[in-house]
Amino acid sequence: MEGLSEAEANLVVYVHPSKSRNVPQAILRELSSLLFKFKETFDGVLLAYDVNILDRQAKILSGIHPYIGLRLKAQLLLFSPKPDMLLEGKVVKLSQESIHVVILGFSSAIITAENIRQEFKYKIKDGEEMFASRSHKRHVIKVGTMIRFLVKSVDEEILHVIGSLMEAHTGSIRWLDKKSEETSEFDRSAMKSRDREWQEDKTVDEGATPLSNSNHIKKSKKRRIAED
Amino acid sequence: MGLELPKYPVMEEEEVVNLELEIARRVREALSSVPSLEGSRDSYNQLVGVILHSKQLGRDELALLETTLKGLAAAVSLIDLTHHESLVSAIFSMSMWNYAPHVEDALAELIVSLAVSNGKYLDLSLGMLVNNFTPPPYFLDKLGLPYGLDRKNQVLSRVHAAFKKISEYVPLAPLRLINLVIQRMPTIYHKDRAVLIYVENMLKLESGEIGEVVGNSVLMALVDRLIDLDLEIGWDAILRDDFNKGIFEMELEDEDEIVESAEQHPGEFRLSRMTLVGNSIAELLDNLLVLTFEHLESCERAGRLAKVFETLLQSFQITVMSAYKSKFTQFVMFYACALDPENCGVRFATVLADLFVQDSRPEQTRMTAVAYLASYLSRAKFLSVFFISTMLKRLVDWCLEYCKTHDGDINPNAHRVFYSGCQAIMYILCFRMKVFVDVPRLNLLLMPPLEQILKHKLNPLKVCLPSVVEEFLRQSKAASLFTVSETFIFDGLLESELSRAFGGLERLDTFFPFDPCLLKRCDRSFDEQEHDLDEFDTAMSKMSITPKNGYCYKFGGRDSTRMPSRIRPSTSPESL
Repeated sequence: MEGLSEAEANLVVYVHPSKSRNVPQAILRELSSLLFKFKETFDGVLLAYDVNILDRQAKILSGIHPYIGLRLKAQLLLFSPKPDMLLEGKVVKLSQESIHVVILGFSSAIITAENIRQEFKYKIKDGEEMFASRSHKRHVIKVGTMIRFLVKSVDEEILHVIGSLMEAHTGSIRWLDKKSEETSEFDRSAMKSRDREWQEDKTVDEGATPLSNSNHIKKSKKRRIAED
Repeated sequence: MGLELPKYPVMEEEEVVNLELEIARRVREALSSVPSLEGSRDSYNQLVGVILHSKQLGRDELALLETTLKGLAAAVSLIDLTHHESLVSAIFSMSMWNYAPHVEDALAELIVSLAVSNGKYLDLSLGMLVNNFTPPPYFLDKLGLPYGLDRKNQVLSRVHAAFKKISEYVPLAPLRLINLVIQRMPTIYHKDRAVLIYVENMLKLESGEIGEVVGNSVLMALVDRLIDLDLEIGWDAILRDDFNKGIFEMELEDEDEIVESAEQHPGEFRLSRMTLVGNSIAELLDNLLVLTFEHLESCERAGRLAKVFETLLQSFQITVMSAYKSKFTQFVMFYACALDPENCGVRFATVLADLFVQDSRPEQTRMTAVAYLASYLSRAKFLSVFFISTMLKRLVDWCLEYCKTHDGDINPNAHRVFYSGCQAIMYILCFRMKVFVDVPRLNLLLMPPLEQILKHKLNPLKVCLPSVVEEFLRQSKAASLFTVSETFIFDGLLESELSRAFGGLERLDTFFPFDPCLLKRCDRSFDEQEHDLDEFDTAMSKMSITPKNGYCYKFGGRDSTRMPSRIRPSTSPESL
């Protein structure tokens, strides 16, 4: 799935003096308050972090309250959906007008009828609503299906994605994967080389420390298929 | 909409479906007609008109409204925030309380569809549902009536079901919801009934499907609000007359009972709950506390009390303990402990004791903690004798250690924590002297160190609150536990200069937080908790005489460890 990335960040956390008794806990609290919120500095949503304190000595910020500035090195897992990315999620609601999807268990997406390609036809079978492909009998989307779709736009404040199933390589993941397995070896290697193009360097920085290392992030194509 | 509904009330199934489709089609037409510059906006305006029309709807109009809402729910993707501004604002200002269940269903469905369709509508939808926590003003009075109650159940069940649905499709919705809920909490100056029903909703959220996410915040916001109300009630609203007498008296007489009481000690202080009657804030607080108690009971039945208690404990330490002499809010803790003595009851006391012995904590926190502990251990009938003795031993050990490491003379300012600890021990023993009689081994375990403490140079007997010391000495003499060579004559003084000195500005020397609750309904909740009231107790509760038991001379003899029922608050007015 696109949109997920790992980054190494040099951070500075300012701890209020009242928390000086248990600084590690204060740091964790501070970082936890950033979770699941869109941050401009990260250009994405922080999903998880792993932190290392660089220096046991901290600088005291002079001012009304002597905040303690701590330098940290953290591994961050970020989610930054952008238009034209392919995302994967689980269908939670389906109706004639729309498909509602939940991505990674916390972000919501909607695909309205006008963004679903003609190939899919809405029907009700045995009381269950679904979108079934007209050309491929096995290709079916219903509640609980994991689907891959294209991002049209993202509302960053509530992490709501407007998606589309217009592209040919969107739809039920299980069916798409099966289909891609059946394609020739040439096709498969062509897809792999496309993946490598996505690697880029990125540094994330926050606070007063000057920019130092440039690290490359591994773009993890982790498919978190949470079957819950 | 320009549709003429047939005059017959009963329609064929097929006709109904056709009608619905027709209306749905017209809705889509009306919505799409707006962006275009040509053509009239008549159909759109009619649509808005249907939504806005809320008073005294006939059956036909209700049916029309219901189908219109359904039509809108199906056409949600066509609704645009800018083009259909009047429609959107009309929808979000609707109140479910105005309508019958069918319409409520349709409206709920529409709101849910709007919320999940577009990020822009999420906050508006959640806001609309939160507004539906309280009925419109004209309905507030009708809440007590049976049909009002019905309507309430209908609306609230749908509102909370809507929250659940929205959370399923938009997982981050609860976080936004809780912020909205806390922001819109009615202030204490709103009408009582509105506040009560809102809090009822908050508690419903806590125990509901999204409770795991929002529960903690709900409880903490609730305790904050309780403290706000608590602090609004001045101590002067409660106290009157000469207050120096009898902090150990067990009787709290209602005005009408005064005539009947058999004996009346001279100069006895007459406090009654009458002073709080008519105090609207007190009433509101009373009702809120009872609501909270009921909620705690339901938590206990569901097996969740231990977890809820942890949140309450946190809130207690942050909010209640730091408030200046909270009068009633602490009873929430007491009630929870009473519901689950082995876990919550023990935990509460342990946390307080831990706070007291921690050197790193500020003095005031430690003194407040031990004041709560003392009052709690004295009044909580549900605590086992063994546990109380363990706690006592902890306090005694700490005080003894302090004595050994501090060699100074009497100095109320320098040893505030120590004196409050000693006073706590004496106070507990005033109520629990029987403990020594019941468990002779304790006598050997506690008395020698206690004697050492009390006879130390620091002289706690002289510094601690005179009334407490006097009572303690009297009782211990009667129980032949020990005697002091120096006679302490206090003339029934409540307090002295020395006690004031160690008590400090906050007067923590006269802080007995679990003295019986003066709020009527609240107090009755505690009474109801007692299942094994024996006749002796009930008789005692009417009179203020001495009991059979020799030691509990002034204590109304009954099992003085009963949950607080009738007693005077023991703080003196001049000191405040």
